[in-house]
Amino acid sequence: MPGLKDATAIVGIGQTEFAKQLTASEKELACRAILAALDDAGIDPSEVDGFASYTMEETDEVEVAKAVGVGDLTFFSKVGFGGGGSCATVGHLASAIATGQASVGVAWRSRKRGSGPRPWKNTTVQLPTPAQWTRPFGLLRPADEIGMLARRYMHEYGATRDHLFNVALACRNRANQNPAAMMHERPLTRDMYMNARWISEPLCLFDNCLETDGALACVIVSAERARDCRRKPVYVHSAAQGLPAQHHGMVNYWNDDPLTGPAWTAARHLWKQADFGPEDVDVAQIYDAFTPLIPLSLEGYGFCGRGEGAAFTEGGALESGGRLPINTGGGGLSEAYVHGFNLINEGVKQLRGTSTAQVPNASTCLVTAGEGVPTSALLLRS
Amino acid sequence: MTDALLSPAVDPDGAPFWEYAARGELRVQACTPCGELRFPPRPCCPHCHSFDSEWRPMSGRGTIWSYVVPHPPLLPAYAAQAPYNAVIVELADAPRIRLVGNVVASADAALDSVDPARLRIGARVRVAFGKLPDGTTVPRWLLERP
Repeated sequence: MPGLKDATAIVGIGQTEFAKQLTASEKELACRAILAALDDAGIDPSEVDGFASYTMEETDEVEVAKAVGVGDLTFFSKVGFGGGGSCATVGHLASAIATGQASVGVAWRSRKRGSGPRPWKNTTVQLPTPAQWTRPFGLLRPADEIGMLARRYMHEYGATRDHLFNVALACRNRANQNPAAMMHERPLTRDMYMNARWISEPLCLFDNCLETDGALACVIVSAERARDCRRKPVYVHSAAQGLPAQHHGMVNYWNDDPLTGPAWTAARHLWKQADFGPEDVDVAQIYDAFTPLIPLSLEGYGFCGRGEGAAFTEGGALESGGRLPINTGGGGLSEAYVHGFNLINEGVKQLRGTSTAQVPNASTCLVTAGEGVPTSALLLRS
Repeated sequence: MTDALLSPAVDPDGAPFWEYAARGELRVQACTPCGELRFPPRPCCPHCHSFDSEWRPMSGRGTIWSYVVPHPPLLPAYAAQAPYNAVIVELADAPRIRLVGNVVASADAALDSVDPARLRIGARVRVAFGKLPDGTTVPRWLLERP
């Protein structure tokens, strides 16, 4: 059976400016990012026949297709669970292209989270489990929901706020090198972190991602087609989604082991299909809506053992030159929070050799989607 | 309706929980044939796939499994009581059945009626039943050693 491994490649990436407030609409931002990605690939929009995005994406296929002038679409899909769907947009397109359902796929995310409403304020549209069992008790925001798991994790494994600071600092340091990052000119110190206002104890301001207006897109084609494109191909080596048995979404409080999240499920499938393992990953882009997701993901994807994720962050391990440089564009914590799509594009930049915090000779990159919700992940290689 | 604490959005699976709560009883759904407890409630048993279930009384005792202390920005009714605590209580009768709630000084006291510094993981609590302004009864939690 022909598989997914290296059958497709990302050949174009595009993004808009990132800011707290942009005047352009989400639709315009989506179109700009998509056209930039196609231009980067050297592919005319009329050749696009596959689309993938998030169920939370507000720009729909019909509107985007007619605006940017794509051809006849023969594959279009949307992936659920917010930031858990980021890598799956690429995974779905890779599957579609590898099986002949499409030939040129575009994935995108456009979001005005910086200037738009806060999603948790909408009390009429709610997921059924939180609406009945958690929100009435004041667990209103994702930060509150993840804060519960974070405190339990700190209690069980001796993780401290310094470990969470290590995560925030690594992302901020990379953003300081990236002119496109919202926090490019804003260094972070331990004093600032330790004295920051609380959002939901044990999480402070700097444990939370940014609020961003912006859009990103990427273009996926077959490996054969990729050889004729303008840029060096970045191959989709492995792709996986993960919704573990008896998982409950971001309020995952009711199974045997709430700290073993969807990352573990996605990781098993991801590595099973791959020619290399965690020890061979040169650089990682790990979904960072909240700092505790990094230690949890480091464990889930096999970079260390259960309960060792916090200790893994010590000694500059996540920094440039460290054991596993992460989020080299600044991530959701310090570049932009666009539901993790900037992590995909940053992975591509690393394997092209064009990151603003380039890991020398990087040839393999793990990209992950949101941990703590049904998730997805990609292994990219050059 | 963001000026009041949110009431539970009750669905058919969860309705009995709230009906028992209104009578001052803490009950958890259990599969009739295989006896397995499940929470949140759902139409069928993930272990034996039976659609027959019953509601088993709990002692109302438990321990704090984790907690957070939310600070604004929050919905107005919650911001008015912030910082408050939200806890996960693991039931003594049924490990792995965990209820989200609040530790309060007395059944109808405010969400910020207990100093968060008094909370710790593992602390023993017991259930009390408080009323929301709309009349809904919700479980609250009292520290066994206040």
